[in-house]
Amino acid sequence: MAGENGMGGKIVTITSGKGGVGKTTATANIGVALAQLGKRVVLIDADIGLRNLDVVMGLENRIVYNLVDVAEGRCKLRQAMIKHKLLPDLHLIPASQTRDKSAVSQSDMIQVSDWLRPEVDYVLIDSPAGIERGFRNAIAPADEVLIVTNPEVSAVRDADRIIGLLEAAGKGPGKLVLNRIRQDMVSKGEMLSADDVTDILAIKMIGIVPEDQFVVPASNKGVPVVLNEESRAGLAYHNIARRLNGENVPFLPLEEEDGFLRRLTRLFSGGNQLLKQG
Amino acid sequence: MEGQSFAIKGVGESLLIQIDPAVEWTATTGDLAAHLDEQGRFYEGGRIILEVGERPVPKYELTSLKALLERRGLSLWAVLSKSETTRNSTQALDIRTSAGSALAGIVEEQDDEPEASAEDKSGSGGILVRHTIRSGRVVRGEGHVVVYGDINPGAEVIATGDVMVWGHLRGIVHAGANGDEGSVVCALDMAPMQLRIAGLVATSPADNGDAPRPEVALVREGRIQVESW
Repeated sequence: MAGENGMGGKIVTITSGKGGVGKTTATANIGVALAQLGKRVVLIDADIGLRNLDVVMGLENRIVYNLVDVAEGRCKLRQAMIKHKLLPDLHLIPASQTRDKSAVSQSDMIQVSDWLRPEVDYVLIDSPAGIERGFRNAIAPADEVLIVTNPEVSAVRDADRIIGLLEAAGKGPGKLVLNRIRQDMVSKGEMLSADDVTDILAIKMIGIVPEDQFVVPASNKGVPVVLNEESRAGLAYHNIARRLNGENVPFLPLEEEDGFLRRLTRLFSGGNQLLKQG
Repeated sequence: MEGQSFAIKGVGESLLIQIDPAVEWTATTGDLAAHLDEQGRFYEGGRIILEVGERPVPKYELTSLKALLERRGLSLWAVLSKSETTRNSTQALDIRTSAGSALAGIVEEQDDEPEASAEDKSGSGGILVRHTIRSGRVVRGEGHVVVYGDINPGAEVIATGDVMVWGHLRGIVHAGANGDEGSVVCALDMAPMQLRIAGLVATSPADNGDAPRPEVALVREGRIQVESW
């Protein structure tokens, strides 16, 4: 069992603060990768009113009931769980497209998670962007939180805000997924490096996903990129799933920075790292 | 605090203003306004809990006090009162209210809304913050503030005294917020978005790529200057 309390599955919320950084893509791919590892996984789309996860998973046309129907008692939990086409142990509970965030409460999310916990190994919750009610609903049941960010100043700023809110809510600090990094731009100093990002956020990195041309067509086709063995992003998501599952997977060479050690050494001598080591 | 007619203290993330029920209302609010003006920006953005005891406060008095606070960047967040009249006035203005000094109920409520006010406040004397202050957080301190961690971009520290950062300073720091130009700011890595000492403002030069080193900022000849520390 993967749960921290030994009572069953682990609830993992994927959030970011800023929109468009790849939360939904990350949720879909980590979910598929965990299912490929033989885990029983349920994905919950908590972005009520702006649902996307069903599209990315290629399950849009199978939706009958959704999360709001479960919360309001119109259907049984089982009826809202859509089985994946290829992976029978992977299910999706879609969001409602016609309602808004107020249709679900924090206690609804905790209740649904508690129902699922004994049945599965992982529940992945795709949080909406922002820091308002939808975000608070999404993190309420979380045992662990993954924060997705891009190597951009604005995305990192929002991730920092989110980490602060997670810490205040007793859910922090979470682990970081750095998405859409381009080594060529980092080398030219045109993009923040993984070190620049962790230097500010000072939380554990669980994965670095390179920019990859396969991701967008995969999302459009509803076949998460992790199913494409040629995709470097797919491999990165696969590694995140293994790390989430407790394996110690070294970071890919492409995920590493040229000056990683050099920079670390510099920071260490800068004094502040001494504090963090202690 | 200032005068006899009221007292201000930090309570959790709010400021509690206790008004002496015996002193005449307009005199009290006048004293309060004068005190707030004297403090400059120190309380700005603060969330006020007003405690008025037995005094019946009619709606027009409460409305004018609310406006007085808002003009100074403060929001009237809750009113504690033993008087039915006051509680009715408060409800009419759509503000939280509670009998007596039942602070606990009101203060606890904010735990459910972490973003309602992202401020850490503390009472008199210096304070030590033993963690990194992240974007969106504001720490206010009467006296000196020592941060044992970083101040990230988008975070803010406001102190009436000095600010010392045992880490990277990348956010906004205001030292000597009551107007004390003798206040200093020091950091192991001085790269603030903006630095204020008393009424002076400075921004960091563009990143020069140098390794971080300890620096101190102080007011010299009417300007903020940064020297190695």
